[in-house]
Amino acid sequence: MQTIGQQLINGLSLGSIYALLALGYTMVYGIIKLINFAHGDIYMLGAFWGYYVINVLHFSFIAAMLSAMLFCALVGVIIEYCAYRPLRHSPRITALITAIGVSFLLENGMSYLFTANTRSFPQVIKTVTYHLGSLQISNVQLLILGTACGLMLLLELIIKKTTMGKAMRAVAVDPTAAQLVGINLNHTISFTFALGSAMAGAAGVLIGLYYNSIDPLMGMTPGIKAFVAAVIGGIGSVPGASLGGFIIGILETAVQAIGLSAYKDAVVYLVLIVILLVMPAGIFGKNVKEKV
Amino acid sequence: MRTRLKANLVWAGLMIFGFILIDGLEFAGIINTFIENMLVTIGINVILAIGLNLIIGFSGQFSLGHAGFMAIGAYATGIITPTITTIGGFYLSMFIGVIIAIIAALIVGIPTLRLRGDYLAIATMGAAEIIRLLINNLKITNGAAGIFNIPALASWATVYVIMCITTIMTVNFIHSRSGRAIMAIREDEIAAEAMGLNTTRWKLAAFVFGAATAAVGGSLHAAYIQTIAPSDFNIMASIAILIIVVLGGVGSITGTFVAAIVLGALDTILQNFGTLRMIIYSLALILIMIFKPAGLLGTWELSFKRFNRQEVADHE
Amino acid sequence: MSSPLLTATQLVKNFGGLNAISNVSVHFDQNELIGLIGPNGAGKTTLFNLLTGVTPVSAGTISLYTDHGVKTVNGQTPAQVAQAGVSRTFQNIRLFKELTVLDNVRIAMTNHYHEGFISSLLRTPKFYRTETAMTVAAEKLIAIFDLSAVADQPAKNLPYGVQRRLEIVRALATKPKLLFLDEPAAGMNPEETADLTRLIRQIQQDFHITVVLIEHDMSLVMTVVERLYVLEHGALLAEGTPREIQQNPAVIKAYLGGDA
Repeated sequence: MQTIGQQLINGLSLGSIYALLALGYTMVYGIIKLINFAHGDIYMLGAFWGYYVINVLHFSFIAAMLSAMLFCALVGVIIEYCAYRPLRHSPRITALITAIGVSFLLENGMSYLFTANTRSFPQVIKTVTYHLGSLQISNVQLLILGTACGLMLLLELIIKKTTMGKAMRAVAVDPTAAQLVGINLNHTISFTFALGSAMAGAAGVLIGLYYNSIDPLMGMTPGIKAFVAAVIGGIGSVPGASLGGFIIGILETAVQAIGLSAYKDAVVYLVLIVILLVMPAGIFGKNVKEKV
Repeated sequence: MRTRLKANLVWAGLMIFGFILIDGLEFAGIINTFIENMLVTIGINVILAIGLNLIIGFSGQFSLGHAGFMAIGAYATGIITPTITTIGGFYLSMFIGVIIAIIAALIVGIPTLRLRGDYLAIATMGAAEIIRLLINNLKITNGAAGIFNIPALASWATVYVIMCITTIMTVNFIHSRSGRAIMAIREDEIAAEAMGLNTTRWKLAAFVFGAATAAVGGSLHAAYIQTIAPSDFNIMASIAILIIVVLGGVGSITGTFVAAIVLGALDTILQNFGTLRMIIYSLALILIMIFKPAGLLGTWELSFKRFNRQEVADHE
Repeated sequence: MSSPLLTATQLVKNFGGLNAISNVSVHFDQNELIGLIGPNGAGKTTLFNLLTGVTPVSAGTISLYTDHGVKTVNGQTPAQVAQAGVSRTFQNIRLFKELTVLDNVRIAMTNHYHEGFISSLLRTPKFYRTETAMTVAAEKLIAIFDLSAVADQPAKNLPYGVQRRLEIVRALATKPKLLFLDEPAAGMNPEETADLTRLIRQIQQDFHITVVLIEHDMSLVMTVVERLYVLEHGALLAEGTPREIQQNPAVIKAYLGGDA
């Protein structure tokens, strides 16, 4: 019982990172049907930004995270503007390859500029472990969970309550119709990238704090896992992405806990395939049938 | 009838010419080990990418798990040939690899080919990762370390001939009742079903055929490179094959050849650039996609029948 | 009198809470030309989709009288229904757009010419024999419908009316016993409609098949069909010869509004 509780705490912390990343995938996919392969690398940029502003400019944790979100939002918008916008009317597979190209560019560009070495993330917050009965939870874990949940709520509010959020939902349903009622497609898409990338930036700083090590290729695997999380939750659905993130996080820690860590990724993919077979559009996704 | 014979003769001539050319250059010393390596890589990439192009371009199913099937072929050769170190052993291992890949493709394809578009892509990617992780953890495959000192049973000539055979088979597939059926499903699945096509069966045919060619490519890779490890067959490897397909033009076999050659040459040239290499490569990829969204050749195919028909028309 | 080809009894289709089709029973005989009319949203296309297996029925049975006896086709896939001898066209033309006219027709013949997978990979004489036979048959059919000149054109390049015609040819290439035409005259001018009317009549007679057509254009329907079904709000409103239908008060009311 005690280990289950402990694994749940660990799983939720890891899951909230995946959830934050999955949100970016799901929003971008929902709006332009693109698997933004470079999203994991934006998370890496967020972590590096945090590393530098804390080390060099001696930012506090909050300032580092907020500035990382801002920085990543900017990068996301620039990437969309330069690489994806010219391809908006091209076959989707072309845009996907471009996204892969951007991902390669960010990974290798960072390796070139700052070397491929792994470096340790400055611990701006001293880790304190609390004991709740037999369970252990650190302040970093609490911070990750709290920040992630707070950001997800904020995002849900933006999408549900603001004009821009309404525009995003409209474009996701039907871009042409959205334009006809006066929605600026380019602004809406840029805004979506900004939001998603900001979430990734926050996740980058949080993971740096949690795992204490960052490198230019750190975005690859979590990126793919987060995309899997978005698909499991139902791509295009914000609550789905959060749920998917937590599912993957808990699943991974659970498989590790029973001593099958070598197969932890395999189990994740197996669950993905099974969920897709039972629910072809993910848990919260709508299965749209083609009209005959 | 006459045009068909003529076209086939032209193709055969072209293939023989290519062989003699490479052989001659090798003999003259113009092709060194370095260039031979590049040519073999291109040949293996052609085999892999043609199979993937059949799945993606012609049957319209987005698979992202090609490296998984390649791994099966590679490991079949890597495990069998150290014990049976003959050419026969190599072909036996290739055959076994193909059979296992076909079985794996059936297991993966039967449930997942119901999925559409990106969902299928992500499911096949997951399946390929499962294959890789199994290989990574099994004893017979020597785990994450991989297999070394695989007997060198494939020369450039082997790769060349098998590349030609794979291409002919794939093109034959496309220009037959099966090829038309899978293209119909790509164009409009509902209409294809209404015309009595068992869509799952035809999609599966293309998927399994593609997987079999991937296993052939993997087997050649193992026998030529002589070293394999699970990390050679990760998601990035599947993506590398996908890039060849999309860069050449989804639905163009000629394009696949061109892209494999262009990327192979680019890779060789960029060897001298050190760390800048991947940066230039990724920039080139982005720029080609932005300026040539349909790939280098679109859906254009080199055809000698078409030229002949044109000639006939000109004479009339 | 004539032998039955398809009978559907008590068909029901619910989409969520909506009753798209409620308790509709129809029967089509061999060599009949039947019309299916009704106002927009009456459920005509839905009925076609049920009969061709595209959408599964919520309740009811569909029986097809084949050479091998009576076959219950509800619950079967569209492909199985098609293989049993039922073909169709679509309201919003669904051709294989990038493929040529010839290929569109040859694809519909897939199940009638077995060249063998391995023999097609190895290009055995059997492959060439079957392929030639198939192409000859397809070209013959194409010629009957005056499409020979465009046989090598991709379907997407054809004008709208020709695309509709090609869809009919493609449906015929499956060698159906029963052919459903979903608004074949949609978007055509009166002249084209008249041509089409003749064509449909001719198909039904020359190929000895049963044709069921959905049509809005009452003039086309009334001149060409032998028997009519009228649908309204997903239920059968009337059945009879064109003359009977024209005089049916319920039909007049449904079509012309209360003041007729």
